[in-house]
Amino acid sequence: MSKDLEQRFDVVVVGGGPAGIAAAVRAAECGVSVGIVDDNATLGGQIWRGTSGERQEEGAKVAAIWYRRFGTAGITALCGKRVFHQPEPGVLLAEGTDDLFELGYRNLVLATGARERFLPFPGWTLPNVLGAGGLQALVKGGLPIRGKRVVVAGTGPLLLAVAAYLREHGAEILMVCEQAPWSSLARFTAALLGQPEKIAQAFELKRKLAGVPFVANSWPLAAHGGQTLEGVTVSRAGKSETIPCDYLACGFHLVPNTELPLLLGCQVGNRFVPVDDFQQTTIAGVFCAGEPTGIGGVDLALVEGQIAGLAAAGRRAEARELFGARRKARRFARILDRTFRLRAELRSLPSHETMVCRCEDVPYSRLQRLSSWRAAKLHTRCGMGPCQGRVCGPATQFLFQWNPDSVRPPVFPVRVASLARFRGGAKPEQTTVAGGLG
Amino acid sequence: MPSQVTLTVNGLRVSVPSGATVAAAVAIAGQACRISVTGEPRGPLCGMGICFECCVAVNGRPHCRSCQTLCESGMEVRTDE
Repeated sequence: MSKDLEQRFDVVVVGGGPAGIAAAVRAAECGVSVGIVDDNATLGGQIWRGTSGERQEEGAKVAAIWYRRFGTAGITALCGKRVFHQPEPGVLLAEGTDDLFELGYRNLVLATGARERFLPFPGWTLPNVLGAGGLQALVKGGLPIRGKRVVVAGTGPLLLAVAAYLREHGAEILMVCEQAPWSSLARFTAALLGQPEKIAQAFELKRKLAGVPFVANSWPLAAHGGQTLEGVTVSRAGKSETIPCDYLACGFHLVPNTELPLLLGCQVGNRFVPVDDFQQTTIAGVFCAGEPTGIGGVDLALVEGQIAGLAAAGRRAEARELFGARRKARRFARILDRTFRLRAELRSLPSHETMVCRCEDVPYSRLQRLSSWRAAKLHTRCGMGPCQGRVCGPATQFLFQWNPDSVRPPVFPVRVASLARFRGGAKPEQTTVAGGLG
Repeated sequence: MPSQVTLTVNGLRVSVPSGATVAAAVAIAGQACRISVTGEPRGPLCGMGICFECCVAVNGRPHCRSCQTLCESGMEVRTDE
Protein backbone atom coordinates (compact mmCIF):
# COMPACT_ATOMS: atom_id res chain seq x y z
CA MET A 1 0.00 0.00 0.00
CA SER A 2 2.78 2.45 0.89
CA LYS A 3 4.74 3.88 -1.99
CA ASP A 4 7.24 5.56 0.30
CA LEU A 5 8.14 8.55 -1.79
CA GLU A 6 11.03 10.68 -0.65
CA GLN A 7 11.60 14.24 -1.75
CA ARG A 8 14.01 16.91 -0.56
CA PHE A 9 13.53 20.66 -0.82
CA ASP A 10 15.42 23.75 0.28
CA VAL A 11 12.16 25.03 1.75
CA VAL A 12 9.11 23.02 2.76
CA VAL A 13 5.89 24.89 3.55
CA VAL A 14 3.21 23.12 5.60
CA GLY A 15 -0.23 24.57 4.91
CA GLY A 16 -1.59 25.86 1.60
CA GLY A 17 -3.68 28.81 2.74
CA PRO A 18 -2.76 32.42 2.00
CA ALA A 19 0.25 32.44 4.39
CA GLY A 20 1.63 29.20 2.96
CA ILE A 21 1.05 30.21 -0.65
CA ALA A 22 2.73 33.59 -0.09
CA ALA A 23 5.69 31.93 1.65
CA ALA A 24 6.09 29.33 -1.09
CA VAL A 25 5.84 31.89 -3.91
CA ARG A 26 8.34 34.34 -2.40
CA ALA A 27 10.83 31.58 -1.58
CA ALA A 28 10.53 29.91 -4.99
CA GLU A 29 10.89 33.24 -6.81
CA CYS A 30 14.30 33.52 -5.11
CA GLY A 31 15.39 30.38 -6.97
CA VAL A 32 15.37 27.82 -4.14
CA SER A 33 13.47 24.52 -4.43
CA VAL A 34 10.12 24.64 -2.65
CA GLY A 35 7.56 22.00 -1.73
CA ILE A 36 4.19 22.84 -0.20
CA VAL A 37 2.06 20.22 1.53
CA ASP A 38 -1.60 20.52 2.50
CA ASP A 39 -4.16 18.02 3.76
CA ASN A 40 -6.95 19.32 1.53
CA ALA A 41 -7.56 18.22 -2.06
CA THR A 42 -6.75 21.71 -3.35
CA LEU A 43 -4.73 24.69 -2.15
CA GLY A 44 -6.27 27.90 -0.88
CA GLY A 45 -6.96 27.07 2.75
CA GLN A 46 -10.36 27.79 4.21
CA ILE A 47 -10.62 31.36 3.01
CA TRP A 48 -9.63 30.87 -0.63
CA ARG A 49 -11.22 27.44 -1.00
CA GLY A 50 -13.28 27.40 -4.17
CA THR A 51 -12.07 30.80 -5.40
CA SER A 52 -10.73 30.18 -8.87
CA GLY A 53 -11.06 33.82 -9.86
CA GLU A 54 -14.58 33.51 -11.25
CA ARG A 55 -16.01 35.85 -8.63
CA GLN A 56 -15.23 39.51 -8.71
CA GLU A 57 -14.83 40.45 -5.05
CA GLU A 58 -11.63 42.00 -3.85
CA GLY A 59 -10.66 38.82 -1.98
CA ALA A 60 -11.04 36.65 -5.07
CA LYS A 61 -8.93 39.06 -7.11
CA VAL A 62 -6.12 38.92 -4.55
CA ALA A 63 -6.33 35.13 -4.53
CA ALA A 64 -6.20 35.02 -8.34
CA ILE A 65 -2.99 37.08 -8.37
CA TRP A 66 -1.30 34.74 -5.89
CA TYR A 67 -2.50 31.63 -7.72
CA ARG A 68 -1.01 33.01 -10.94
CA ARG A 69 2.35 33.65 -9.28
CA PHE A 70 2.17 30.23 -7.67
CA GLY A 71 1.58 28.60 -11.05
CA THR A 72 4.73 30.06 -12.61
CA ALA A 73 7.10 29.78 -9.63
CA GLY A 74 7.97 26.09 -10.10
CA ILE A 75 6.65 24.94 -6.73
CA THR A 76 5.94 21.26 -6.01
CA ALA A 77 2.45 21.05 -4.51
CA LEU A 78 1.54 17.97 -2.48
CA CYS A 79 -2.20 18.14 -1.78
CA GLY A 80 -4.27 15.64 0.19
CA LYS A 81 -1.22 14.83 2.33
CA ARG A 82 -1.24 15.27 6.07
CA VAL A 83 2.00 15.85 7.99
CA PHE A 84 1.90 13.77 11.15
CA HIS A 85 5.44 13.37 12.44
CA GLN A 86 9.03 14.59 12.34
CA PRO A 87 11.13 11.46 12.88
CA GLU A 88 14.35 13.51 12.91
CA PRO A 89 15.18 17.19 12.43
CA GLY A 90 14.86 18.16 8.77
CA VAL A 91 12.49 15.32 7.87
CA LEU A 92 8.69 15.28 7.93
CA LEU A 93 6.38 12.34 7.35
CA ALA A 94 3.10 12.94 5.54
CA GLU A 95 0.33 10.48 4.79
CA GLY A 96 -1.86 10.47 1.69
CA THR A 97 -4.85 8.27 0.88
CA ASP A 98 -2.68 5.33 -0.16
CA ASP A 99 0.84 6.49 0.33
CA LEU A 100 3.45 7.85 2.68
CA PHE A 101 5.78 10.74 1.91
CA GLU A 102 9.08 11.64 3.46
CA LEU A 103 9.80 15.32 3.00
CA GLY A 104 13.32 16.56 3.63
CA TYR A 105 13.87 20.28 4.23
CA ARG A 106 16.61 22.73 5.00
CA ASN A 107 14.22 25.41 6.16
CA LEU A 108 10.59 24.96 7.11
CA VAL A 109 7.63 27.33 7.09
CA LEU A 110 4.68 26.33 9.26
CA ALA A 111 1.49 27.92 7.96
CA THR A 112 -0.97 25.59 9.63
CA GLY A 113 -3.78 28.13 9.94
CA ALA A 114 -6.58 28.17 12.45
CA ARG A 115 -9.77 26.31 13.20
CA GLU A 116 -13.05 27.52 14.62
CA ARG A 117 -13.56 27.52 18.35
CA PHE A 118 -16.61 25.47 19.24
CA LEU A 119 -18.40 25.84 22.56
CA PRO A 120 -20.80 23.21 23.85
CA PHE A 121 -24.48 24.01 24.45
CA PRO A 122 -27.46 21.63 24.63
CA GLY A 123 -28.12 20.13 21.20
CA TRP A 124 -24.82 21.22 19.60
CA THR A 125 -24.07 17.64 18.59
CA LEU A 126 -27.22 17.33 16.41
CA PRO A 127 -26.62 16.85 12.69
CA ASN A 128 -26.94 20.19 10.83
CA VAL A 129 -25.42 22.15 13.69
CA LEU A 130 -22.06 23.08 12.17
CA GLY A 131 -19.34 25.63 12.48
CA ALA A 132 -19.93 28.85 10.58
CA GLY A 133 -16.86 28.22 8.48
CA GLY A 134 -17.84 24.55 8.61
CA LEU A 135 -21.15 25.10 6.82
CA GLN A 136 -19.48 27.43 4.32
CA ALA A 137 -16.86 24.76 3.59
CA LEU A 138 -19.57 22.17 3.04
CA VAL A 139 -21.46 24.44 0.66
CA LYS A 140 -18.21 25.13 -1.21
CA GLY A 141 -17.92 21.33 -1.36
CA GLY A 142 -21.29 20.94 -3.08
CA LEU A 143 -23.89 20.89 -0.28
CA PRO A 144 -27.11 22.40 -1.70
CA ILE A 145 -28.17 25.33 0.50
CA ARG A 146 -30.75 27.04 -1.72
CA GLY A 147 -33.99 27.63 0.15
CA LYS A 148 -32.61 26.34 3.45
CA ARG A 149 -33.31 28.36 6.62
CA VAL A 150 -30.06 29.15 8.40
CA VAL A 151 -29.28 30.81 11.74
CA VAL A 152 -25.68 32.04 12.01
CA ALA A 153 -24.37 32.47 15.55
CA GLY A 154 -21.27 32.77 17.68
CA THR A 155 -18.68 35.49 17.41
CA GLY A 156 -16.14 37.01 15.05
CA PRO A 157 -15.99 38.63 11.62
CA LEU A 158 -16.40 35.23 9.99
CA LEU A 159 -20.12 35.18 10.89
CA LEU A 160 -21.00 38.02 8.51
CA ALA A 161 -18.77 36.71 5.74
CA VAL A 162 -20.39 33.27 6.02
CA ALA A 163 -23.91 34.70 6.18
CA ALA A 164 -23.26 36.74 3.03
CA TYR A 165 -21.78 33.73 1.22
CA LEU A 166 -24.68 31.44 2.13
CA ARG A 167 -27.26 34.05 1.14
CA GLU A 168 -25.54 34.53 -2.20
CA HIS A 169 -25.99 30.79 -2.72
CA GLY A 170 -29.71 30.91 -2.02
CA ALA A 171 -29.95 30.32 1.73
CA GLU A 172 -32.50 32.19 3.80
CA ILE A 173 -30.52 33.74 6.65
CA LEU A 174 -33.00 34.09 9.51
CA MET A 175 -30.68 35.82 11.95
CA VAL A 176 -27.02 36.53 12.69
CA CYS A 177 -26.40 36.35 16.46
CA GLU A 178 -23.12 37.93 17.64
CA GLN A 179 -22.26 37.42 21.32
CA ALA A 180 -20.11 40.57 21.49
CA PRO A 181 -21.87 43.67 22.87
CA TRP A 182 -22.76 46.61 20.64
CA SER A 183 -20.16 48.73 22.47
CA SER A 184 -17.31 46.45 21.35
CA LEU A 185 -18.65 46.30 17.81
CA ALA A 186 -18.88 50.08 17.68
CA ARG A 187 -15.23 50.37 18.74
CA PHE A 188 -14.35 47.76 16.12
CA THR A 189 -16.09 49.77 13.41
CA ALA A 190 -14.37 52.97 14.54
CA ALA A 191 -10.99 51.27 14.47
CA LEU A 192 -11.60 50.20 10.87
CA LEU A 193 -11.93 53.82 9.80
CA GLY A 194 -8.16 54.00 9.36
CA GLN A 195 -8.22 51.03 6.97
CA PRO A 196 -10.02 51.88 3.72
CA GLU A 197 -9.86 48.37 2.26
CA LYS A 198 -11.53 46.94 5.34
CA ILE A 199 -14.28 49.56 5.08
CA ALA A 200 -14.88 48.57 1.46
CA GLN A 201 -15.26 44.95 2.58
CA ALA A 202 -17.66 46.00 5.33
CA PHE A 203 -19.86 47.93 2.90
CA GLU A 204 -19.92 44.99 0.52
CA LEU A 205 -21.06 42.70 3.35
CA LYS A 206 -23.70 45.23 4.40
CA ARG A 207 -25.10 45.32 0.88
CA LYS A 208 -25.20 41.53 0.62
CA LEU A 209 -26.90 41.19 3.99
CA ALA A 210 -29.49 43.93 3.54
CA GLY A 211 -32.64 42.91 5.42
CA VAL A 212 -30.99 40.18 7.48
CA PRO A 213 -31.39 40.77 11.24
CA PHE A 214 -27.97 41.19 12.87
CA VAL A 215 -28.22 41.01 16.65
CA ALA A 216 -25.42 41.78 19.12
CA ASN A 217 -25.46 40.53 22.73
CA SER A 218 -27.00 37.34 21.38
CA TRP A 219 -25.95 33.70 21.53
CA PRO A 220 -27.42 30.20 21.15
CA LEU A 221 -28.91 28.64 24.29
CA ALA A 222 -29.97 25.29 22.83
CA ALA A 223 -30.46 23.48 19.55
CA HIS A 224 -33.54 21.27 19.23
CA GLY A 225 -34.44 18.24 17.18
CA GLY A 226 -34.70 14.45 17.15
CA GLN A 227 -32.42 12.89 14.55
CA THR A 228 -31.45 16.26 13.09
CA LEU A 229 -31.76 19.98 13.82
CA GLU A 230 -35.27 21.46 13.87
CA GLY A 231 -34.73 24.79 15.62
CA VAL A 232 -32.56 26.86 17.89
CA THR A 233 -33.28 28.94 20.98
CA VAL A 234 -31.16 32.05 21.23
CA SER A 235 -30.68 34.61 23.96
CA ARG A 236 -31.53 38.02 22.58
CA ALA A 237 -31.60 41.18 24.67
CA GLY A 238 -31.90 39.06 27.80
CA LYS A 239 -34.92 37.10 26.50
CA SER A 240 -34.97 33.70 24.86
CA GLU A 241 -36.43 33.25 21.40
CA THR A 242 -36.90 29.98 19.50
CA ILE A 243 -36.36 29.97 15.74
CA PRO A 244 -37.24 26.95 13.56
CA CYS A 245 -34.41 26.37 11.05
CA ASP A 246 -32.63 23.79 8.88
CA TYR A 247 -29.06 24.70 9.80
CA LEU A 248 -27.29 26.39 12.68
CA ALA A 249 -23.88 27.71 11.63
CA CYS A 250 -22.12 28.44 14.91
CA GLY A 251 -18.49 29.21 15.65
CA PHE A 252 -16.79 31.30 18.32
CA HIS A 253 -13.96 32.97 16.43
CA LEU A 254 -10.75 31.08 15.72
CA VAL A 255 -8.03 29.19 17.56
CA PRO A 256 -4.62 28.55 16.00
CA ASN A 257 -3.46 25.11 14.87
CA THR A 258 -0.30 24.78 16.95
CA GLU A 259 -0.03 20.98 17.17
CA LEU A 260 2.73 20.75 14.56
CA PRO A 261 4.81 23.66 15.96
CA LEU A 262 4.51 21.99 19.39
CA LEU A 263 5.53 18.61 18.00
CA LEU A 264 8.63 20.16 16.46
CA GLY A 265 9.55 21.68 19.80
CA CYS A 266 8.76 25.31 18.99
CA GLN A 267 7.91 27.33 22.04
CA VAL A 268 4.20 28.10 22.20
CA GLY A 269 3.10 30.72 24.70
CA ASN A 270 -0.46 31.78 25.50
CA ARG A 271 -1.78 29.58 22.65
CA PHE A 272 0.29 31.30 19.95
CA VAL A 273 3.69 30.64 18.39
CA PRO A 274 6.18 33.41 19.24
CA VAL A 275 8.37 34.44 16.30
CA ASP A 276 11.19 36.92 15.73
CA ASP A 277 11.18 39.77 13.18
CA PHE A 278 11.78 37.27 10.37
CA GLN A 279 8.94 34.97 11.49
CA GLN A 280 11.44 32.46 12.85
CA THR A 281 10.28 30.35 15.79
CA THR A 282 12.46 29.43 18.74
CA ILE A 283 13.93 26.70 16.52
CA ALA A 284 16.48 27.89 13.95
CA GLY A 285 15.31 27.30 10.40
CA VAL A 286 11.69 26.76 11.40
CA PHE A 287 9.47 29.71 10.51
CA CYS A 288 5.81 30.27 11.26
CA ALA A 289 3.33 32.56 9.51
CA GLY A 290 -0.35 33.39 9.60
CA GLU A 291 -2.93 32.53 12.24
CA PRO A 292 -0.66 30.36 14.49
CA THR A 293 1.31 33.50 15.42
CA GLY A 294 -1.91 35.42 16.25
CA ILE A 295 -5.36 35.55 14.68
CA GLY A 296 -5.14 38.42 12.21
CA GLY A 297 -6.90 37.44 9.00
CA VAL A 298 -5.79 37.17 5.41
CA ASP A 299 -3.88 40.45 5.09
CA LEU A 300 -1.60 39.66 8.01
CA ALA A 301 -1.24 36.06 6.82
CA LEU A 302 -0.09 37.21 3.38
CA VAL A 303 2.55 39.60 4.69
CA GLU A 304 3.81 37.18 7.35
CA GLY A 305 3.95 34.42 4.78
CA GLN A 306 6.01 36.57 2.43
CA ILE A 307 8.45 37.52 5.19
CA ALA A 308 8.79 33.88 6.25
CA GLY A 309 9.29 32.69 2.67
CA LEU A 310 11.94 35.32 1.92
CA ALA A 311 13.75 34.69 5.20
CA ALA A 312 13.65 30.92 4.62
CA ALA A 313 15.27 31.55 1.22
CA GLY A 314 17.95 33.68 2.86
CA ARG A 315 16.69 37.05 1.57
CA ARG A 316 16.51 38.98 4.82
CA ALA A 317 16.90 42.42 3.27
CA GLU A 318 13.85 41.90 1.07
CA ALA A 319 11.92 40.50 4.01
CA ARG A 320 12.73 43.62 6.01
CA GLU A 321 10.92 45.78 3.43
CA LEU A 322 7.64 44.17 4.51
CA PHE A 323 7.95 44.94 8.22
CA GLY A 324 5.91 48.15 7.89
CA ALA A 325 3.02 46.38 6.21
CA ARG A 326 3.09 43.73 8.92
CA ARG A 327 2.95 46.33 11.70
CA LYS A 328 -0.21 47.77 10.17
CA ALA A 329 -1.85 44.37 9.73
CA ARG A 330 -1.03 43.45 13.32
CA ARG A 331 -3.01 46.42 14.59
CA PHE A 332 -6.10 44.82 13.06
CA ALA A 333 -5.25 41.55 14.83
CA ARG A 334 -5.20 43.30 18.21
CA ILE A 335 -8.56 44.93 17.49
CA LEU A 336 -10.06 41.55 16.54
CA ASP A 337 -8.87 40.06 19.78
CA ARG A 338 -10.42 42.80 21.91
CA THR A 339 -13.72 42.94 20.02
CA PHE A 340 -14.60 39.27 19.99
CA ARG A 341 -13.59 38.34 23.53
CA LEU A 342 -15.94 35.65 24.88
CA ARG A 343 -18.47 36.70 27.49
CA ALA A 344 -18.62 34.77 30.78
CA GLU A 345 -22.28 33.77 30.25
CA LEU A 346 -21.14 31.30 27.59
CA ARG A 347 -19.53 29.20 30.33
CA SER A 348 -22.94 28.32 31.71
CA LEU A 349 -24.45 27.11 28.42
CA PRO A 350 -23.81 23.36 28.81
CA SER A 351 -26.29 21.32 30.85
CA HIS A 352 -25.15 18.24 32.81
CA GLU A 353 -25.91 15.99 29.85
CA THR A 354 -24.30 18.17 27.16
CA MET A 355 -21.46 16.30 25.47
CA VAL A 356 -18.24 18.28 25.72
CA CYS A 357 -15.96 15.71 24.07
CA ARG A 358 -17.77 14.63 20.92
CA CYS A 359 -15.35 11.85 19.98
CA GLU A 360 -15.71 9.98 23.26
CA ASP A 361 -19.13 11.35 24.31
CA VAL A 362 -17.98 12.77 27.62
CA PRO A 363 -20.75 14.91 29.17
CA TYR A 364 -20.21 18.15 31.08
CA SER A 365 -21.24 16.53 34.39
CA ARG A 366 -18.25 14.16 34.27
CA LEU A 367 -15.80 17.01 33.73
CA GLN A 368 -16.92 19.80 36.00
CA ARG A 369 -15.42 18.32 39.18
CA LEU A 370 -12.04 17.57 37.61
CA SER A 371 -9.04 19.79 38.06
CA SER A 372 -7.09 19.61 34.82
CA TRP A 373 -6.98 18.52 31.18
CA ARG A 374 -4.66 15.71 32.21
CA ALA A 375 -7.11 14.52 34.88
CA ALA A 376 -9.95 14.69 32.35
CA LYS A 377 -8.00 12.55 29.90
CA LEU A 378 -7.10 9.99 32.56
CA HIS A 379 -10.54 9.72 34.14
CA THR A 380 -12.96 10.26 31.28
CA ARG A 381 -11.09 9.86 27.93
CA CYS A 382 -11.99 13.49 27.17
CA GLY A 383 -9.72 14.59 24.33
CA MET A 384 -8.49 11.05 23.64
CA GLY A 385 -10.53 10.36 20.49
CA PRO A 386 -9.55 10.85 16.88
CA CYS A 387 -9.68 14.67 16.97
CA GLN A 388 -7.08 14.49 19.76
CA GLY A 389 -8.70 17.33 21.66
CA ARG A 390 -8.80 19.80 18.77
CA VAL A 391 -12.48 20.51 19.48
CA CYS A 392 -12.86 19.93 23.24
CA GLY A 393 -9.39 21.29 24.11
CA PRO A 394 -10.19 24.94 23.30
CA ALA A 395 -13.70 24.44 24.74
CA THR A 396 -12.44 23.18 28.10
CA GLN A 397 -9.76 25.86 28.11
CA PHE A 398 -12.59 28.39 28.07
CA LEU A 399 -15.01 26.49 30.31
CA PHE A 400 -12.57 25.36 33.00
CA GLN A 401 -9.33 27.28 32.27
CA TRP A 402 -7.54 23.99 31.61
CA ASN A 403 -4.29 24.15 29.72
CA PRO A 404 -3.50 21.59 27.05
CA ASP A 405 -0.71 19.02 27.47
CA SER A 406 2.30 18.54 25.32
CA VAL A 407 1.74 17.02 21.90
CA ARG A 408 2.91 13.54 20.94
CA PRO A 409 3.30 11.96 17.55
CA PRO A 410 1.41 11.22 15.42
CA VAL A 411 -0.36 14.60 15.49
CA PHE A 412 -3.17 13.05 13.44
CA PRO A 413 -4.44 9.47 13.50
CA VAL A 414 -2.65 7.49 10.80
CA ARG A 415 -2.61 3.98 9.38
CA VAL A 416 -0.59 1.29 11.08
CA ALA A 417 1.58 1.02 7.96
CA SER A 418 2.55 4.67 8.40
CA LEU A 419 3.34 4.16 12.08
CA ALA A 420 5.71 1.40 11.13
CA ARG A 421 7.91 4.05 9.57
CA PHE A 422 8.70 5.75 12.87
CA ARG A 423 12.45 5.64 13.21
CA GLY A 424 13.86 5.91 16.69
CA GLY A 425 11.16 8.43 17.61
CA ALA A 426 8.71 8.27 20.46
CA LYS A 427 6.43 5.27 20.49
CA PRO A 428 2.95 6.29 19.43
CA GLU A 429 0.27 6.52 22.09
CA GLN A 430 -1.99 3.49 22.12
CA THR A 431 -5.09 5.63 22.17
CA THR A 432 -4.24 7.80 19.20
CA VAL A 433 -3.59 4.68 17.19
CA ALA A 434 -6.95 3.28 18.18
CA GLY A 435 -8.56 6.50 16.99
CA GLY A 436 -7.22 6.19 13.51
CA LEU A 437 -6.88 2.62 12.38
CA GLY A 438 -7.43 2.50 8.69
CA MET B 1 -22.53 23.29 -16.58
CA PRO B 2 -20.40 21.21 -14.26
CA SER B 3 -20.45 17.50 -15.05
CA GLN B 4 -22.17 15.16 -12.61
CA VAL B 5 -20.69 12.27 -10.69
CA THR B 6 -22.86 9.37 -9.54
CA LEU B 7 -22.02 7.34 -6.47
CA THR B 8 -23.86 5.38 -3.79
CA VAL B 9 -24.36 6.24 -0.11
CA ASN B 10 -25.57 3.23 1.89
CA GLY B 11 -26.71 1.78 -1.42
CA LEU B 12 -28.71 4.89 -2.43
CA ARG B 13 -27.69 6.41 -5.76
CA VAL B 14 -26.67 10.08 -5.50
CA SER B 15 -25.62 12.49 -8.23
CA VAL B 16 -23.40 15.43 -7.31
CA PRO B 17 -21.47 18.03 -9.31
CA SER B 18 -17.91 16.91 -10.00
CA GLY B 19 -15.60 18.34 -7.35
CA ALA B 20 -18.19 17.81 -4.60
CA THR B 21 -17.08 16.27 -1.32
CA VAL B 22 -18.36 12.98 0.04
CA ALA B 23 -19.76 14.97 2.99
CA ALA B 24 -22.06 16.82 0.56
CA ALA B 25 -23.15 13.52 -1.03
CA VAL B 26 -23.96 12.03 2.38
CA ALA B 27 -26.06 15.10 3.25
CA ILE B 28 -27.87 14.94 -0.11
CA ALA B 29 -28.64 11.28 0.60
CA GLY B 30 -30.16 12.38 3.93
CA GLN B 31 -27.85 10.22 6.01
CA ALA B 32 -25.96 10.93 9.24
CA CYS B 33 -22.22 10.41 8.83
CA ARG B 34 -21.63 8.31 11.90
CA ILE B 35 -23.17 7.06 15.12
CA SER B 36 -21.35 8.26 18.24
CA VAL B 37 -20.10 5.93 20.98
CA THR B 38 -23.34 6.47 22.91
CA GLY B 39 -25.52 6.04 19.83
CA GLU B 40 -26.18 9.62 18.70
CA PRO B 41 -26.34 10.43 14.98
CA ARG B 42 -23.61 12.88 13.97
CA GLY B 43 -22.84 14.98 10.93
CA PRO B 44 -19.98 17.25 9.90
CA LEU B 45 -18.97 20.01 12.31
CA CYS B 46 -15.78 21.73 11.17
CA GLY B 47 -15.77 21.02 7.43
CA MET B 48 -11.97 21.08 7.39
CA GLY B 49 -10.67 17.73 8.56
CA ILE B 50 -10.23 18.61 12.23
CA CYS B 51 -13.22 17.18 14.11
CA PHE B 52 -13.58 13.65 12.61
CA GLU B 53 -17.37 13.82 12.98
CA CYS B 54 -17.87 13.27 9.25
CA CYS B 55 -15.93 10.00 9.07
CA VAL B 56 -17.44 7.40 6.73
CA ALA B 57 -16.29 4.27 4.92
CA VAL B 58 -15.31 4.87 1.29
CA ASN B 59 -14.94 1.83 -0.97
CA GLY B 60 -14.51 -0.32 2.13
CA ARG B 61 -11.86 1.91 3.72
CA PRO B 62 -13.13 3.04 7.14
CA HIS B 63 -12.51 6.37 8.95
CA CYS B 64 -12.34 8.58 5.85
CA ARG B 65 -13.03 12.25 6.53
CA SER B 66 -15.87 12.82 4.09
CA CYS B 67 -15.31 16.61 4.12
CA GLN B 68 -11.84 16.16 2.63
CA THR B 69 -12.66 13.33 0.24
CA LEU B 70 -13.85 14.18 -3.27
CA CYS B 71 -16.62 12.13 -4.88
CA GLU B 72 -15.66 9.78 -7.70
CA SER B 73 -17.90 7.99 -10.12
CA GLY B 74 -19.00 4.60 -8.80
CA MET B 75 -17.71 5.27 -5.30
CA GLU B 76 -19.40 3.24 -2.54
CA VAL B 77 -19.90 5.20 0.66
CA ARG B 78 -21.23 3.62 3.84
CA THR B 79 -22.11 5.44 7.05
CA ASP B 80 -23.62 2.43 8.79
CA GLU B 81 -20.65 0.23 9.59
